Amino acid sequence: MITVEHLIKRYGTYYALNDVSFSIGEGEIVGLLGPNGAGKSTTMNIVTGYLSATSGDVTVGGVSLAENPREVKRMIGYLPELPPVYPDMTVEEYLRFVYQLKGCELPRDEHIGEILDVVKLKDVRARLIRNLSKGYRQRVGIAQALIGDPKVIIFDEPTVGLDPKQILEVRNLIRSLGKKHTVILSTHILAEVQAVCERIIVINRGTIIADEHTDELARVMEENAHYRYAICGPQKEVVAGLRGCRGVLDVEPAGERDGDANVYLIETSGGVDARKNLFKVCQEKGWAILGAKEVGTDLESIFIRLVDRANDAGKKNAKSGKKEGK
Amino acid sequence: MGAVYRRELTSYFTTPIGYVFVAVFLALSGAVFAATTLFAMSSDVTEYFSYMLFLYVVLLPLLTMKSFSEERKTRTEQLILTSPVSLFGMVMGKFLAALTMFGGCQLLASTVFLVLARYAEIKVAVLFGNILAILLVGISFLSVGLFVSAITENQLTAAIGTIAILLFFLLISFLNQIINVYWIRFLINCVSIWSRFQNFSQGIFDLSSLFYYLSVSAVFLFLTIRVYDRRRYN
Repeated sequence: MITVEHLIKRYGTYYALNDVSFSIGEGEIVGLLGPNGAGKSTTMNIVTGYLSATSGDVTVGGVSLAENPREVKRMIGYLPELPPVYPDMTVEEYLRFVYQLKGCELPRDEHIGEILDVVKLKDVRARLIRNLSKGYRQRVGIAQALIGDPKVIIFDEPTVGLDPKQILEVRNLIRSLGKKHTVILSTHILAEVQAVCERIIVINRGTIIADEHTDELARVMEENAHYRYAICGPQKEVVAGLRGCRGVLDVEPAGERDGDANVYLIETSGGVDARKNLFKVCQEKGWAILGAKEVGTDLESIFIRLVDRANDAGKKNAKSGKKEGK
Repeated sequence: MGAVYRRELTSYFTTPIGYVFVAVFLALSGAVFAATTLFAMSSDVTEYFSYMLFLYVVLLPLLTMKSFSEERKTRTEQLILTSPVSLFGMVMGKFLAALTMFGGCQLLASTVFLVLARYAEIKVAVLFGNILAILLVGISFLSVGLFVSAITENQLTAAIGTIAILLFFLLISFLNQIINVYWIRFLINCVSIWSRFQNFSQGIFDLSSLFYYLSVSAVFLFLTIRVYDRRRYN
C-alpha cells in the first residue's frame, strides 16, 4: 500500500532522514517508534506531502507522490502532532470544511454523523472547538483524519496529552481502524506500539534500526536482562563472586555508591532467572544486597541495544563495516 | 479552492475582524464622501477616491494580516497542505475571500454616488473609471498583504509590514519634488501608486496603470505561492 524508497531529508549538512526505506501492506497497523527528534514526524510529513524530500520517493496505492501529489493526498488521512483545528469553528462546521477540502463524495451528513459516532463527539458537535478540552480536540483531529474514508491513516503521536482513560480509548479506536484501513502510528512510547501495532519500525537519528513484527521485537528486548544491584562488600571479590553465578554474563561496577554499597551493572542471559543465584552467593559470603532493579525496559536503553545490534550486524556482514553509531 | 474560500469568508465573521472592517470602512468612506462632496459643495467625485487610497493603506491589511500567519501559527496550514488542494487553489481561495470583503464594502460604499446623482450632474464615465481603478489598487494591496502574511507568523507584524510597504509605494512619488535627475523621477513615477492614480483623478482612463496594478497583484500572489512551495524544502 505504501512504499517509501531511499528517503533523504537534509537540512544543510544535517540529515533529518538518511536513506529511509520501508513498505507497508494493506490493512497493516505499523508503529513508527523513536525518541524525540529521531525523524518520525519528518517521515510522516513527507509521506503526507507536507514536506518534500531531498531525494527518494513515496508511492501510495501505486501512485507516486512526486508525480501525482493530489491523488496521493486524497488517499491519506493525517493527524499531525498538533491537531489542525480552527478554534473559531464548531466541531460540525469544521468537519464539513474538511469534507469540502478533501473533495469527499460520500453522502455528507451521514458520513460526518458516522465519524462523530466512532470518535464519540456527538454531544459536542455544536460546540466551538475553542471551548473543547485537549482530549476532545485530539478526537476532533482524529475525526478529521477519517473524513473521506481514506485508505491510509497516519497518526503522529495521537495520545500525547491525553489522560489514561482517553489513551485506552484512542488505542482501541486505532486498533479497530486497522481492520479497514492501513494505519501508521508514530510514538515514543514502547507500550503503545506493543499494544496497538502488528509491526514496529524503529527509527533513530534518521535511520531505521529495526523493522520487525511486534512479537519478534519483544523477544529481542527480552534476550538478555540487565540489572542494577547495590551490594556491600569488597568490590573485586564481589565482581569475581557474581561472575561465577550461573546465568550471569557480565558484572561491572557502575562506579556509584549507594550508602555502604557499590553499585554493579549485571547482565544475565535470557531464559534463566539468575537473581536467585545472585542472592545465594551474596548470602553465603555475607554481602548485604541493598537494592536491586531491573534496567533496560525503557525506550532509551532499548535503543542503545538495538543500535548496538544493528552495528554488530553491520560488522559481521562486512568486516570493514565501520558504520557510524552510538 | 471553494472550501478555503468559504471558510475564510465565514472566519471574517466568526471573529470580530470582519465586523470591525465593514463598520470602519463604511464609516470612513461616508465621512470622506461627505467631506469631499457635500460639505465642499462639489460634484467632483475624484477627490473621494484619492482619499480612499490612503485609507486603504490602513484598512486593507486588516483583511489579509491573519490569512496565512494565523494558519502557520496554529499549524492548521498542515491540514490544507496535506489535502488534495493545490497551492494555487489555497492562495486564490484566501485572496478571493479578502477580495469579496473589500470589493463588497467598496461597492456598497459607492452607492452614495446614486444619492449625489439626484442632486448634481456626475460624470458617469469618470466615476466608473475611478471605481474600477480603485478596485484594482485594492486588489494589488490585498496581494501584497497576503504575501507579507505568508512570510510572518504574527498578525501584527504582517499588518505593520504591509502598511509599511504600501506607504512606501504610495509616498515615493513625493520624492520627485526634491529629485531632479530625470530617469530617477521617471522610475519613481512608474512604480508609484500615487502618481499612477493621479491620471484617474484627472479623468483620464489610463490603461497602462490598470495593467500595472494587475501585474503587481499577479507578482505578489505568485510570490505567495512560491513562499509555500519553497517552505516544503526547508
